[in-house]
Parts: sequence; structure tokens; C-alpha cells
Amino acid sequence: MEGIAEADTVEREGQKDLLAFRHGDLAAFEALFRLHQRAVYGWVLRIVRNPPAAEDLTVETFWRIYQAHARFDPARGFEGWARRIATHAALDWLRTRRIEYELPAEIPDRVIADPAITAEIRRKTALAFERLPPKLRIAAVLAVVEELPQKDVAEALGISVSAVKLRVFRALRLLRKDLERQGIRP
Amino acid sequence: MNEQEQDRLKQILQEAVPPMDGNPELGRDLWPAMLRRLDENPAALPWFDWALLAGLAGVVAFFPASIPLLLYCI
Repeated sequence: MEGIAEADTVEREGQKDLLAFRHGDLAAFEALFRLHQRAVYGWVLRIVRNPPAAEDLTVETFWRIYQAHARFDPARGFEGWARRIATHAALDWLRTRRIEYELPAEIPDRVIADPAITAEIRRKTALAFERLPPKLRIAAVLAVVEELPQKDVAEALGISVSAVKLRVFRALRLLRKDLERQGIRP
Repeated sequence: MNEQEQDRLKQILQEAVPPMDGNPELGRDLWPAMLRRLDENPAALPWFDWALLAGLAGVVAFFPASIPLLLYCI
């Protein structure tokens, strides 16, 4: 019984923070920041795959969240809203950054499921992936690489599930074309 | 591109770009950086507030007689 009462108290406190945040309360914002910073960081990192950039984008996301506090609807929950804002911040970053054609040193040194997929193919695929348009790249990274449910991806991008499927299809088609240009026939 | 080709490309992509840890550790607390960001950029007025202010200024400029009415409303 004590556990249930404690959970109720935590939930009430959380609701109180959400309502106070909606009115621009900085202490409530700090509580939400501390509660969600790691989840937002993890989400952004999955998209941008660059830890320092993911840290900056986490701050950028919460900055946008704070600016939009009056538009927050506590009934719809904080996490999904924060995730959508984080996705857009990451998309903006992908649009403006300079594409790095040099790959990070630690590309997959793990059990390879298919020996026919050589290191050369993996390297060229990673390059082609870097060159995808940001909107397609986000859909592909979340739905294919991270294997998240398409419904979650759609929610984070603010589009329909069929639009996610279309973006993934277009990303794969572009990837194939790029690989063919590099002399690889997948 | 048929379904088989799509599956093959997905497999290649998954091997070339490995998934990230779903719950990674944050190297540092980001709250101090957040506070700096808040200090640098004090909350701006939304555009519709500026539009409302401009509208009110226009009304006052063109119809000075409306000032008592506006003051009464405020």
C-alpha cells in the first residue's frame, strides 16, 4: 500500500510540475529537464550519431521547449512532445552541417550476419547513408537502423505512418543508386 | 525495387550503420549549459503579441478618440 501511495505522490508531483511549467515556472522546467535530459539526449544521439552534437542539441531542444511552454498541453504528455521537438532540432542540424565523408574509425567491429557484405560494402553504404537528404535519413535511421515501430517514427516526425513508409522506400532507392554509382550492386 | 531488394538493402544498412545504445549515459549534467542558454536568450515575445501591439498602436494613431475606450477595457 505504501508503494502505491508513493507512486501516487510522484504522479501528483509530476502533474504539478507539468502545470507549473505550462505557466513558465523555471523550477518546474528544471525538474522536467533533469527528468528527461537523458532520454532526449539518447533520442537525438540515435539520429545525429555524434555525442557532442547530441549534447548541444539536447540543450537546443529544451530551449525550444521552454520557449513553447504556453503551447504545451499537459493532457498529451511531455515525452512525445519533447521527442518531436528534439527530432526537428536534429533535422535542422542535419540540414546545416557539413557532410563528413571521412568515416568514424569504430565502424562495426561486431558479428557480421552475412559474410557477403564485405567491409568495403559497409564503408560505401555508410558513405551513401551520410549523403541521404536529412528527411529521408531520419526516417531510415529510426525505422531501419534502430528498428523502431513506424508509428513511433511517424509521431516523432509529425507525419503519417504511410509517409514514413514512403520516406524509407525513397531512402533505400537513393541508397541503391548511390551504391551502384560506387560500383556496388546490392 | 521489389521487397526482396528492399530487405537486402535494409540488411546492408543495418550492418554498415550499427544501432546506438537506446539509453546512453550522459557525460555531464547539461543544466548549467541550459542556464547559460536561457541567460543568453531571454524569452522573446511571440510574433502574435507583436502583431497585437502593432494593431493597437495603429488604432491609437488613427483613432485617438478610442484611447479612453481602450483604457477602460484594460
